[in-house]
Amino acid sequence: MKAKEVPQEISMLEGHQRACYALGEDGRYTVVPSTGWEVEKIVNAVAVDEIRATIESARQRALRGEASALEFHMLRCHMTPAMLAANAGICKWRVRRHLRPDIFAGLRAAILARYADALRMNPEELKQVPGTAL
Amino acid sequence: MATLLRTRGWDLSEPMVFGIGGGLFFIHIPFLKVGGLPLTAYRDAPRIILKNLAKRLGVPMRYERFRNTADGVRRLDELLDAGIPVGLQGNIYWLSYFPADMRFQYNGHNFVCYGRRDDHYLLSDPVFETVVTCSADDLARARFARGGPFPPKGLIYYPDALPRLPDLEQPVRMAVRDTCRRMLDVPIPLLGVRGIRYLARRVGKWPSRIGEKHARANLANIIRMQEEIGTGGAGFRFLYAAFLQEAAGILGKDSLQDLSGQLTAIGDRWREFAVLGAQVCRGRENIEPAYGKLAEIMNDCAAREQHLFTALRSMV
Repeated sequence: MKAKEVPQEISMLEGHQRACYALGEDGRYTVVPSTGWEVEKIVNAVAVDEIRATIESARQRALRGEASALEFHMLRCHMTPAMLAANAGICKWRVRRHLRPDIFAGLRAAILARYADALRMNPEELKQVPGTAL
Repeated sequence: MATLLRTRGWDLSEPMVFGIGGGLFFIHIPFLKVGGLPLTAYRDAPRIILKNLAKRLGVPMRYERFRNTADGVRRLDELLDAGIPVGLQGNIYWLSYFPADMRFQYNGHNFVCYGRRDDHYLLSDPVFETVVTCSADDLARARFARGGPFPPKGLIYYPDALPRLPDLEQPVRMAVRDTCRRMLDVPIPLLGVRGIRYLARRVGKWPSRIGEKHARANLANIIRMQEEIGTGGAGFRFLYAAFLQEAAGILGKDSLQDLSGQLTAIGDRWREFAVLGAQVCRGRENIEPAYGKLAEIMNDCAAREQHLFTALRSMV
């Protein structure tokens, strides 16, 4: 890739620039800052859209009472039950159980606080599910 | 990593650090899932690159991990206040200087912290061109994220004492030989050139085996590992080509210059793979033939890399 071919397109970098190595006029490699490449935006969107769809489906199930707010917030932070378990210091099978809406509704404040901390939010927010898509 | 050494007075370029660390690689492990998708990487893990670099240049590195967050934060502040920049491992999701769409739960991100001001830390992150800052809470969460592969456990690392920059000829030779060996000789079909061929075979079969949707997710993931992760583009092939260019000077071998040119062409081929793959992800291409074409480009890359590393080995 030549320095002048380094893509300067709009991507998910949101105004940041990343370093690309490309050949300068003299045939030596140099660092060329790039604003992004459409290709990386497209493949990044595949991953991001997939995660968004999962979060949105959890949000709607939570609003219908079929999933807990905890499940929604866990997915919102891109976590799996195993990761949430590790970050909250609560064992995996208990986390899975707490994800059920009926069990989640009866959780003690101390447990809620641990989940809230692991997801960087306050315990009150943890019980809420937003009415509109993120 | 180059930053880490430069601030201590060693003038080594990023390509040199990558090359002497033996960074270039290829690996595809279908049964090891990261974020639900098979692990694919175009380079070695940063901590292994660093270990090899330190070994080949005789730098005594110090690694510290911590049981609890408070100890980890205190030790980092102590080093920074003493004017010692440190390398860190952290989880990208909690680093809010990353654009929203790049924040994934990924533990293996490495960057350098070289100072703090008020409640903020000053970082040099390989993904970005300029200095970034980060809040104390972000940094602590990133460093002590749990769960998922490669948990950082607050890892920090720094050169214990920096001897004089040694003569680079021998380290470069050793590193190049090792990279050739790893790309060509490892008797496991998932690694090196064989790994690329193995993945090419699988890519060709994806649409019929796992369905269009999964095939697309897997394909997008490979291209992200190639272009989104790390520095330089084309799955680190350009970075290594830049290394070969510098190595040509150090070893006094002009022939390495030609190989650098070949590797640049291979990198361009990988970029073609990414362009076609992105069109497939967008639904612009006929699915079955497009995956066949993708596999073909990969096989071409594999053949050219095999040729390149065979030639490279005979020269050093």
